[in-house]
Amino acid sequence: MQPCRLAAYDLACRRGDRLLFRGVGFELTGGEALHLSGPNGIGKSSLMRILAGLLRAYNGHVEHEGAMALSDERPALDPHRPLGEALAFWRQVDRAGEARADFGLEDLLDVPVRYLSTGQRKRAALARLAASGARIWLLDEPLNGLDTHWGASAQAAIEAHRALGGIAVIASHQPLQLQKLRTLSLLEHLP
Amino acid sequence: MRALWTIFRRDLTLLLMGAPGRGGALLPLLFFLAVAMLYPFAVGPDAKLLARTGAGVIWVAALLAAILPLDRLVEPDLEAGFFDQWALRGIAEEGVLALRILAHWLSFGVPLMLAAPLAAGLLNLDGAQLWTVELGLLLGTPGLAAIGVTIAALTAGLRAGAALGGLLAIPLTVPLLIFGAGSLQPGGEGGLLLLAASSLAALAIAPFAAAGAIRAGRE
Repeated sequence: MQPCRLAAYDLACRRGDRLLFRGVGFELTGGEALHLSGPNGIGKSSLMRILAGLLRAYNGHVEHEGAMALSDERPALDPHRPLGEALAFWRQVDRAGEARADFGLEDLLDVPVRYLSTGQRKRAALARLAASGARIWLLDEPLNGLDTHWGASAQAAIEAHRALGGIAVIASHQPLQLQKLRTLSLLEHLP
Repeated sequence: MRALWTIFRRDLTLLLMGAPGRGGALLPLLFFLAVAMLYPFAVGPDAKLLARTGAGVIWVAALLAAILPLDRLVEPDLEAGFFDQWALRGIAEEGVLALRILAHWLSFGVPLMLAAPLAAGLLNLDGAQLWTVELGLLLGTPGLAAIGVTIAALTAGLRAGAALGGLLAIPLTVPLLIFGAGSLQPGGEGGLLLLAASSLAALAIAPFAAAGAIRAGRE
């Protein structure tokens, strides 16, 4: 496995006229995980998108080695297609093998994505992320809509990913049961 | 490259076959034929009048048929997060959108060309006129597809984006309409060259303009 790294330097984010946070910096190497915490609207999702390179930071920059995968509130799965086909599309784009992590989707592969429940859709999005083969996982509220059982499975999948030398950044307002988790509270970075 | 091929196959399937809420290629085609069918009812069965004005009607119908699928060209994929996921994988928006123009053209331009003989029959066009119409559609519909995808990218995510898209498309496609319909006038053969030129210009600019619109929409 090639080494991977994700580092942020002095990031600030402005949405409209409002500065959401500033002075956010961290460095993660293989096997590490970071929990972004803070109340709604403080900029967790914006920070995720800045890390993913989808949003320009108002200040600072991000460096990364290794491919990144993002899971946010939009699963990027065709609503009308059966789940199996919708996931197969991304497998072909990513040229990745079968997902290592199992999210209990075998029985749902024939079901069109639009008929899936919120939790099932979340599991499908996590399965897509896990199958992508990316070394850096950016997870925006990965436990939203998951029950206790699948919440624990999702965290087990994150642990397995870290054990193989991957990085995980998790934005969540829920407590996480992960080993040696680093925490970054955006409340400490208010302007 | 293989990722782009996979994306193109998905685009083409979605645009040809449609999906719930996405219509497919049949709708613009039926719309096009419906206009060609209604026109003689509206102006009366004067064969000479139909033959003189019919080709222009075909062009107006083609233009309106191109506007019809605008709201499903980009919006659903943007909404579902596909463009973000592609960007994350380093797949350039320009490439995705250039392929989408091709898929859109294959799903509306080619069916229109196939339906044009039928429309020509309804409008009493002769063989030579039909030939010019087909040639004009071949040269002009790629430009319509390029303008359509650009406008779809520009208005995706806006409220009332579909209505706004239609309004924006009309002035931008006027040159194609003028040269396309003009090529059918006596001595208007030069119109085809101007049509091809406008089409090429639209095709050259569109992927970059549309990609810029998608990126700007993220801010």
